[in-house]
Amino acid sequence: MKPASFEYARAESLDDAIGLLSGAGGDARPLAGGQSLGPMLNLRIARPTLLVDLSPIAELREVSEDEDGITIGSSVVHSAVEDGEVPDVTAGLMRRAASGIAYRAVRNRGTIGGSLAHADPAGDWAPVMMALGASLGVMGPEGGRSVEADAFITDPLTTVLEPGEIVEAIRVPRLSDAARWGHHKLCVKPGDFAESLAVVVRDPDRNRCRVALAGATHAPILLDDVAGLVADADGWSDALADEIKNAAGSGIAAAGFADTGDRYAMNVHATVTVRAAREALSR
Amino acid sequence: MSDRGVGASIPRKEDDRFLMGTGEYTPDVQLSGMWHAAFNRAPIAHGRLLSVKAPSGAEGQVFSSADMADIKPIRSTASLPGFKPADFPVLAKDKMRYAGEQVAIAVAPTRAEAEDIADAIEVEYEELPAVVDMNEGREPSSALVHDHWADNVCCETEFANGDLDAARAAATHTVHRRFRMARQTPFPMEGRGTLAHYDSRLDELVVWMSHQLPHPMQRGIAHFLDLEINRVRVICPDVGGGFGLKTHLDGETMAVCWASLKLGRPIKWVQDRLEHLICDADCRNHQYAMTAYTDEAGKILGMEVECVVDAGAYSPWPWPIGVEAATGVGNLQGPYTVEAMKGRSVTVCTNKPPSQPFRGVARPGACFTDELTMDAIARIVGREPWEVRLDNLVPPDAMPYDTVTRKHLDSGDYPEAFRRCVAAIDPGAVRERQKTPEPDGRLMGVGFACFYEQTAYGTGPFGYSAWGIELVPGMEMATVKLTPDGGLWASVGIQCHGQGLETTLAQVATSELGLDPDRIAIRHGDTATAYAGTGTYASRSIVVAGGAIAQGCRELKPRLARIGAHLLQCDEADVAVENAEVRGPGASVSFAEIAEAFYHHPENLPDETDRGGLTVTTGYNDKVHGGVFGFGAHGAVVAVDPETGQVEILDYAIVDDCGTRVNPLVVKGQVIGGYAQGIGNALYEESDYDENGQPLSVTLADYHVPAAPMVPDVKYDYMESPSPYSTMGIKGVGESGAIGPVGAIGNAVNDALKGLGVEIAETPITPRRVFDAIERGRAR
Repeated sequence: MKPASFEYARAESLDDAIGLLSGAGGDARPLAGGQSLGPMLNLRIARPTLLVDLSPIAELREVSEDEDGITIGSSVVHSAVEDGEVPDVTAGLMRRAASGIAYRAVRNRGTIGGSLAHADPAGDWAPVMMALGASLGVMGPEGGRSVEADAFITDPLTTVLEPGEIVEAIRVPRLSDAARWGHHKLCVKPGDFAESLAVVVRDPDRNRCRVALAGATHAPILLDDVAGLVADADGWSDALADEIKNAAGSGIAAAGFADTGDRYAMNVHATVTVRAAREALSR
Repeated sequence: MSDRGVGASIPRKEDDRFLMGTGEYTPDVQLSGMWHAAFNRAPIAHGRLLSVKAPSGAEGQVFSSADMADIKPIRSTASLPGFKPADFPVLAKDKMRYAGEQVAIAVAPTRAEAEDIADAIEVEYEELPAVVDMNEGREPSSALVHDHWADNVCCETEFANGDLDAARAAATHTVHRRFRMARQTPFPMEGRGTLAHYDSRLDELVVWMSHQLPHPMQRGIAHFLDLEINRVRVICPDVGGGFGLKTHLDGETMAVCWASLKLGRPIKWVQDRLEHLICDADCRNHQYAMTAYTDEAGKILGMEVECVVDAGAYSPWPWPIGVEAATGVGNLQGPYTVEAMKGRSVTVCTNKPPSQPFRGVARPGACFTDELTMDAIARIVGREPWEVRLDNLVPPDAMPYDTVTRKHLDSGDYPEAFRRCVAAIDPGAVRERQKTPEPDGRLMGVGFACFYEQTAYGTGPFGYSAWGIELVPGMEMATVKLTPDGGLWASVGIQCHGQGLETTLAQVATSELGLDPDRIAIRHGDTATAYAGTGTYASRSIVVAGGAIAQGCRELKPRLARIGAHLLQCDEADVAVENAEVRGPGASVSFAEIAEAFYHHPENLPDETDRGGLTVTTGYNDKVHGGVFGFGAHGAVVAVDPETGQVEILDYAIVDDCGTRVNPLVVKGQVIGGYAQGIGNALYEESDYDENGQPLSVTLADYHVPAAPMVPDVKYDYMESPSPYSTMGIKGVGESGAIGPVGAIGNAVNDALKGLGVEIAETPITPRRVFDAIERGRAR
């Protein structure tokens, strides 16, 4: 488990990083916390010719808060969110999500932008950002652009990032005081990647309700019909649970998120969705 | 008298170096000029190997079986019925028989460079259909793992004892069940590792290995390399766990030894976790067909069982294929008074890594089978499982008791241990709670398991020697000597890989001589320091090496007494050797004074000083040759989530009896450690393969070992029933904790599911398996 040979460069600035990545062609990879890329290098699943280390770039660790939300630099580590060092505009949702990522040692090094850009289909941040309606600030050789979180991951381990592009920051809108959320992660063992992970954000004052689901071999999805049920709900009931379970099943099937013949997987995803919705509606 | 001898809960002498990170493991050993090895491995489960070509520039750094004409294939033998021998080539030869089998060795100054070369080796092969499932492997149409065999069945044993026809005729109930244990792998924290180096001064190949059996490895390496034993030294330094995985001679080690001799430089190979999970030995992959005949109250009158074991592609050395299945059948009656039994075992070769005994050997499978059958019987006869169990357990007044499978159970009050376990769990409270649905919808269940643990088995007659295998334990040897400053040095042929034996063996000597354990050095794991031995396996070391050290101390005492009496100027008959001194009628001399006289002032010695000096090499055998038997009862309360299939252990109790406890702290540690691995067996660990024999559980993301949050606290209690057959009544305890969980947890889950009329019969009890069972129940 030693990586194949690669070149290594420390980027001193964002421009420097983009220049290095663009100059090396498609075989260059940015390195942030290395908590996913490191093992993939060691397993020789990833064989980049050049690693561009983003850790010297101070601006990627910056956080700025305003009335409408917060902009979190992509190199901010999970533990900074978990510990509340990053101001929380999500009524505790981001802190909950951060605290459930792998183990503390991973959270101390793993970064929020790295996790999103790595795009593991069971990654913890993508469904959270999708449910929050967050967007990603991307910088590349052609300049900057903004990508909605729900349009960022296209397939497992695949994003809309073009060669040379880097996630610069994540923009998270501020939830209103009336907003409630649910977050349910099911995994075989504590600290594992999710077998299923559902995030529900219901913010009636902003007229927003979103339900995101991750944890399959498919990119994370939004379940709009479930979101409609949650938005319209008036408290929790067994009947609503059944409706949500059915709607989740239909949404999962329509998106091709899981194999409809796999009754266990279908049931787990629907059940996890119900539990996240129940948490949001019971708060 | 030191109060730190047998029975004292003293912290381990090893703790300092283990806890401070200053232990020395094989990968820590650095030698001048050392290179590293990496292996090119079979990409397919079954195929003809056509050619192996080194990448250009790496000629002379890559070797395949074609280069190793001077090395013998590893060949394991057995006299078990129908046993078919097959060579285990050091590097794949002619065929590749499992994915990950080592095809070529690459060596380079660093591991990374060696991996680069191994990656670039060109291997030509022709893929063949893989034998993946043990049942399909028995079909006449199956492909053959070994072309010179008529079929893939490589060993079949049969066993019958008692009047099964009478049991069948007298039975009120006939209970059929089928069980399956998943394939898993023994999972030590440290993987394998080998460093080989030719010492030209001594004309000796020195092999550091992360291994449990130094002397058998010395013998095997010498034999298969065609060297004299005098030219091989094996050192097993600190070893980060073994659990049985490190009890066979692996091809990688042989290739490393060969390459080191060929190149004249030290070569090190450190197995990484990927190699471990792809292709190191597997275990536990059994299926059982059980028929139990019972009376109307659930008392078992007789059993008929078939055990089929998936052995993988080869017989490891020295443990051949077949031993696992024979052990499974040979313990299926459990700690119960079954009087008639007919058993059959079938071992099938498949295109998977070889199967190897793992902590508990086949007994967790036997426990899963007999304990889940016991609960099925209880449900059928309409009684509580703990009541039915009590009726079937061997009663204390029957001890010693010969089981239907000819295990000579030596001592213990099995029903009392079980009653204590039941009291700790309080199943009545669970029954009460089950009457009302849980607020979170989960289903509660309670389950128990009883088992014995055959420890320290000796020569036979129903075990090793009868199997006709290469390794037959007999007299276990130890050397003890009084050091020139009055301490004790003892060397043994066992190997300690975390069991605390450097402490517990010292405590045995402390009890004999009164020297504090801190004054006693235990040396193990090195063929150059130990006279002989077969290593550490089968929960034997504290019994046999402890017995040998005690015997050595006892033989040393008269020599000490003679010198002591002379120094005291009294009669030898008037002195006693105790409390680290020789005490005469009016005064005493310390061991240090005796040593001073012997080593430095011979002018003070009596004329008749023993020519053996102050060192003794002597041996130990149990008074019986079938081992001494520990016993345990486990109880579990679980909650099953019917929506997700997840199982949570809410309560767990263990009552364990390993005879005299040399160090209660160490005993408890062994039991709890086994319990953790038993939870892995019951709920998590599975080495899965696809239909082509490709391994699917190759990283820790897919192979789930229990981590701390998955191992709940346990209510631990003990009993102490000394064995009448061993020194100080000591029994082994290394495997005990790992045997029971699969039965107790399995029964608790089935208790939770009983309202649905379904039973789990397969390990690990994953959420998917639980969910599928619940679906089956709802479909009824």
